[in-house]
Amino acid sequence: MIHSLFLVNASGDIFLEKHWKSVVSRSVCDYFFEAQERATEPENVPPVISTPHHYLISVLRHRIYFVAVIQSEVPPLFVIEFLHRVVDTFQDYFGVCTEAAIKDNVVVVYELLEEMLDNGFPLATESNILKELIKPPTILRTMVNTITGSTNVGEQLPTGQLSVVPWRRTGVKYTNNEAYFDVVEEIDAIIDKSGSTITAEIQGVIDACVKLTGMPDLTLSFMNPRLLDDVSFHPCVRFKRWEAERILSFIPPDGNFRLLSYHVSSQNLVAIPVYVKHNITFREGSSQGRFDLTLGPKQTMGKAVEAVLVSSQLPRGVLNANLNPSQGTYTFDPVTKLLTWDVGKINPQKLPSLKGTMSLQAGASKPDENPTINIQLKIQQMAISGLKVNRLDMYGEKYKPFKGIKYMTKAGKFQVRT
Amino acid sequence: MSASSAFNDEKGGSSSVGEPEYGHDPASGGIFSSDYKRHDDLKEMLDSNKDALKLEAMKRIVAMIARGKNASDLFPAVVKNVACKNIEVKKLVYVYLVRYAEEQQDLALLSISTFQRGLKDPNQLIRASALRVLSSIRVTIIVPIMMLAIKEAASDMSPYVRKTAAHAIPKLYSLDPEQKDQLIEVIEKLLADKTTLVAGSVVMAFEEVCPERIDLIHKNYRKLCNLLIDVEEWGQVVIINMLTRYARTQFLNPNINESLLEEGGGGDKTFYCSDEDEDEDEEKEKQAEVSALAKRKPYVMDPDHRLLLRNTKPLLQSRNAAVVMAVAQLYFHLAPKAEVGVIAKALVRLLRSHSEVQFVVLQNVATMTIKRRGMFEPYLKSFYIRSTDPTQIKILKLEVLTNLANETNISTILREFQTYIKSMDKDFVAATIQAIGRCATNIGEVRDTCLNGLVQLLSNRDELVVAESVVVIKKLLQMQPEKHSDIIKHMAKLTDNIQVPMARASILWLIGEYCEHVPKIAPDVLRKMAKSFTNEEDIVKLQIINLAAKLYLTNSKQTKLLTQYVLNLAKYDQNYDIRDRARFIRQLIVPTEKSGALSKYAKKLFLALKPAPVLESPFKDRDHFQLGSLSHLLNAKAGGYQELPDWPESAPDPSVRNVEVPEWTKCSSREKRKEKKVEKPFYSDSEGESGPTESADSEPDTGSGSESVSVSVESGSPSDSEESEESSESDEDEEEEEKEKKKKKKEIKQMQASESEQSSEDDRKRDRKIKEQKSNSESESDEDSESESSQSESSDTESEVEVKKKKKVSEPKPPSKPLKKEKKEMSLLDLDDFEPTPSPQVTPVNTFLSNSLVTDLEGLSLSDSVLSPATIAPSSALKNYELLHRITGEGLSVEYCFSRQAFSPDANMVAVQMHFTNNATSDTKNLHIEDVKLQSGMRVKEFAEIELLPAGEATTAVMGVDFCDSTQAANFQLCTHTRKFFVSIQPPVGELMRPVFLTENEFKKEQSQLMGMNEISENLTLDAKCRNEHAIVQRVTTAANLSRVPCGSDKECSPAAPPPPPPHPHPVYRFAGKTVTSGSLVLATVATKDEGAAQLTVNCEKMVIGTMLVKDLLLALTQ
Repeated sequence: MIHSLFLVNASGDIFLEKHWKSVVSRSVCDYFFEAQERATEPENVPPVISTPHHYLISVLRHRIYFVAVIQSEVPPLFVIEFLHRVVDTFQDYFGVCTEAAIKDNVVVVYELLEEMLDNGFPLATESNILKELIKPPTILRTMVNTITGSTNVGEQLPTGQLSVVPWRRTGVKYTNNEAYFDVVEEIDAIIDKSGSTITAEIQGVIDACVKLTGMPDLTLSFMNPRLLDDVSFHPCVRFKRWEAERILSFIPPDGNFRLLSYHVSSQNLVAIPVYVKHNITFREGSSQGRFDLTLGPKQTMGKAVEAVLVSSQLPRGVLNANLNPSQGTYTFDPVTKLLTWDVGKINPQKLPSLKGTMSLQAGASKPDENPTINIQLKIQQMAISGLKVNRLDMYGEKYKPFKGIKYMTKAGKFQVRT
Repeated sequence: MSASSAFNDEKGGSSSVGEPEYGHDPASGGIFSSDYKRHDDLKEMLDSNKDALKLEAMKRIVAMIARGKNASDLFPAVVKNVACKNIEVKKLVYVYLVRYAEEQQDLALLSISTFQRGLKDPNQLIRASALRVLSSIRVTIIVPIMMLAIKEAASDMSPYVRKTAAHAIPKLYSLDPEQKDQLIEVIEKLLADKTTLVAGSVVMAFEEVCPERIDLIHKNYRKLCNLLIDVEEWGQVVIINMLTRYARTQFLNPNINESLLEEGGGGDKTFYCSDEDEDEDEEKEKQAEVSALAKRKPYVMDPDHRLLLRNTKPLLQSRNAAVVMAVAQLYFHLAPKAEVGVIAKALVRLLRSHSEVQFVVLQNVATMTIKRRGMFEPYLKSFYIRSTDPTQIKILKLEVLTNLANETNISTILREFQTYIKSMDKDFVAATIQAIGRCATNIGEVRDTCLNGLVQLLSNRDELVVAESVVVIKKLLQMQPEKHSDIIKHMAKLTDNIQVPMARASILWLIGEYCEHVPKIAPDVLRKMAKSFTNEEDIVKLQIINLAAKLYLTNSKQTKLLTQYVLNLAKYDQNYDIRDRARFIRQLIVPTEKSGALSKYAKKLFLALKPAPVLESPFKDRDHFQLGSLSHLLNAKAGGYQELPDWPESAPDPSVRNVEVPEWTKCSSREKRKEKKVEKPFYSDSEGESGPTESADSEPDTGSGSESVSVSVESGSPSDSEESEESSESDEDEEEEEKEKKKKKKEIKQMQASESEQSSEDDRKRDRKIKEQKSNSESESDEDSESESSQSESSDTESEVEVKKKKKVSEPKPPSKPLKKEKKEMSLLDLDDFEPTPSPQVTPVNTFLSNSLVTDLEGLSLSDSVLSPATIAPSSALKNYELLHRITGEGLSVEYCFSRQAFSPDANMVAVQMHFTNNATSDTKNLHIEDVKLQSGMRVKEFAEIELLPAGEATTAVMGVDFCDSTQAANFQLCTHTRKFFVSIQPPVGELMRPVFLTENEFKKEQSQLMGMNEISENLTLDAKCRNEHAIVQRVTTAANLSRVPCGSDKECSPAAPPPPPPHPHPVYRFAGKTVTSGSLVLATVATKDEGAAQLTVNCEKMVIGTMLVKDLLLALTQ
């Protein structure tokens, strides 16, 4: 399976290598660098590269390429999914997954990689098991370790691997028992020039933060489970129960985890929370372009639209933009031609707008495409699909936990074509 | 300096004393910038006594390894610390060791003993980690050690250790492929494992070592299907991929009927094939009959095929993209057309994931859309392209959209394409234009619209766009050139502006090809081209020559001179290809005296009607690679890729998948992380991860609640609520079980019906048949069963029919000398190899002798003690157990005892003597056994039916049970002509062994080899009444079927010695036996001490047996 792993940073240096079988020379990465040079954008490096003796499968996260070296047939998704799991674990351990963080914790990283793969085959990928084996470094622990010389490696053996619920640590204890669930929905949409919706979908997740003592058994039921068209579960969820009763029943992992991700079918009408009035024009022969953008709330069910951020990739011919926002701030990067406008909250009484001119390269012909506008936004306390959690019950433990459910709607890949 | 340091690094092990040696250049020392030092310093730290210093040193060394710096010269200093107490130091040393052992083979050997010790540790996790590191050290010398360790771990009672063993198999295989055969044996054994923990890992090993041995899967197929949902996600991927291949070899194409119907005639062959499928579920006896009935039935899916599809479907909901993809490809390759649709939704969901995942999924979707377009049509909009997508994703989405295009949706797709054409990403625009071209060729209705659109693009400002359009238009025009001469004219004008060589070449080719449609323009174009000939690209030059030649042939008047001019230019071109072409064409078209016959045909050659190009998807026919595989992605066979076989013409025999316990219903669900043992619904404890070799789950008869085996303790942890839910949710399962039960009953009834008609001689045949069947259905490697069946045959032929109905005569011991010898060998093997196979090697000798004797000595009851020395304890005190109470049995009461005599039809069985008493007023008829439910591996030899038991009378019968060295109960129904009673026989652990004669020396020798985790000792205080030799021996032999070991010179221990006073040196009593099924030695020692204190030691390689035996003996001696 996975032979070796190389971590490559944005400037093309290998800053970490790990081999699970015999050592593969790092020169194998030259093929990767070649492909990297050929690709115009960093994300255009093909995830699978074939070399004479090996195959390189890579993922790009946090501006770091994780390049796995494979020698024989293996499902590419298997490797990709695993690499992402590695990144998630690093993020979980160090808070961020940057080159600096990895270098600072190189020993922990090595220990983690050692546990996660055995001979290239995934062994322990559940974060709960890993945390039992190797304690995540915290500032306090680092200080204590330097003074007392104690270690990050768990003293007790990884009994979790033997458990019937491998995702949960045993012997969990909390003084405050609490369980929080965040229902977060993202709207993916493409809006065309005239403002009509070309495609819109809702993708939702339920992220949980469960800190409960012992072995609690939770059930979560919805008011309107029929909304959920396609779901994928954390392995802890009992699938049969969902099939039969549309109830989520599970023994939760300890800490943060993604309980469920779902899809609300595109057949349902999706409420689009904002509209955009735009007038972006370039005139042939003139070195000026007009830029005029106004945002307004559309179907928000009375909730405020917050944290609105508009970004747009302007055509290459644009030299500079001289704009005037009615609220918020805007920036224009003349190198990448990226315009971002941090709008903030939309006030329905006074709609935010961004107006002004763009200066174009003299003599250059008019760009043939208007830029697309990407919008990010947040609406608190509402799930746009209308999904509602009915109740959350706990069995198996005696105490009364504190329960909380939060709803939020965000814009996912929300694009307006102009 | 850097050069010198590199030099030192290369030198490796030599610890240079002279110059100061710098391990790494200071510039890159960011990781441990605080104090970078020389290696000498590290060595010092490693040699120190303080763990903190060692740890610091190891951390720095690991950091060096991580950065790819050579740290191999530290090997001797590091390897010393392999036994360090500090766990982190130890782990880091392991990391180092695994990295450098290959380079420093000799030194690495120093560490081996540490791991060998670890392999014997009582803690399963330590055993596992020792095996893990040991097998990761790539040193060829230790291959035999690794082999032994793997074999031993494969029969470890901890599933975690067995999992590690499975992981170790491919490691050893890559180190030494010679070991393949032995490793296959281990794989076979592990494949039979029933725990989810092991399943994924062993299939992975199977795929790496022997993917071609598909026959190993038969027996485990249903189990794997059923366990699948509970296996960890990575294992699921591997298993699903393997099962896809398996199913392709074993089942029929579910879509075969459709294709045949379309062809209009289902031949006999298909009908014949479907017959075989029908038979799947039926018993062999009925096969002929049923197949006759099933004639002329349409295709019916093999239930095993259905099982696979049903059990993988929920996994589409997995959060792991690889699992979803694996299921998707399984459905694509195996499911009937109507059912494949379910995967589309899940695959579309994956498109929300990381771009790398999208990339792979889209590739596979692209392949799928060619074959099954309808499947993804509802999700058309999910493939719409966003400006923020990476280019490679955009192009793949475009591919999918093109594949999905049909008459109904083409207008929306084209509208969408129109926006794409304006994109800033020019590669993407070019791909879009090609996509439009493909849509146009595939869908006739829109061809004109597309063509017009493309022509408009010709006026685009971007040259790339225009060039791409020209190329596509050229292809489209070839389809109906007559209609479009204006377009050709338009394109001819473009030659002035377009600079992209490919586009220019395309235009020239077009003009040349259709010069008749543009007779006026063509010569003018040639004129212009001739002018610029020298500055053109090669590809354009070739087309100029081509154009010239064609014009010369059609319009020589106007173009003769131009052509000659062009050919002259070409003659002196730098490119030899062009020079060649020019020479060739000149010979061909310009008539000279020398020109051959070919020039006559020049016109035919050049102006032949050319077939329109077919614009094909690059993903066409990629589905001959298994989807989701690396090979599919690369469209080239990757190393180690296993071809996806074609469907067989007719299904292979489905009965190969039959296993002994067919109740492997789909018991698994997410609720139950544990397997449910259908056979033992009462014992909640019995649900657990019991492996094939262990059977510690059930409690011993004495019923103390605590269990001493660590695994079972672990499995007891889930909360109560889970239990209750299980019951509510397993309804469905139970129904199914119920059905299966009924089915079984029916079968058995039928058997009985036939049976009653037959004479008792036929009985024998039938018995044999059943046996054969059983042995068939056991895994092939199970030599036990093979030897058993053959042996049973021999016994059948040799002995008379009655033999097995009657109480069995225990075999008189064959002369003890040879036997002993054999035994010794066996136990040695056992220690090293840990394989259950030795037993059949021994037992046949035993039983062969006995069988011949049995016939002669029938009716005589000889106990073991006859031939063995007199010290063997009397086995008279047999304890009776109640099987059926008088009241529940409605007058029939049954008691059973373990007669402790060899069961002659099968030496591996424990003889159970049943005593039937009819207390009722009426006669009982047809007493027999039905519906035997057993743990896998267990077998039962029923007693012959008792025709009549008159009121008030009593009778006895003997049945044999092979408990597989476990205390699992054998459940069955005791049937009379009117009633059925559920009963179960559960053996005390002491009955699972038979006495063995050993001398004291032999005993000690064997004992010394069963130390460590195979030894359990306990201190106890002897019961007041049990402090003399006689009482101790009596109690031990009553509790367990062991024989006393004579204590040679020890006078006190001789049987003649007067019992009462405690002898001066505290006597030691030894007892020996071996387990009935596997023949593992069981050694018990009672060492008495002062004042009734004593120490009880049991040595047995079956630790479970040992533990339980200790418990039982303890109870016997203290009460």
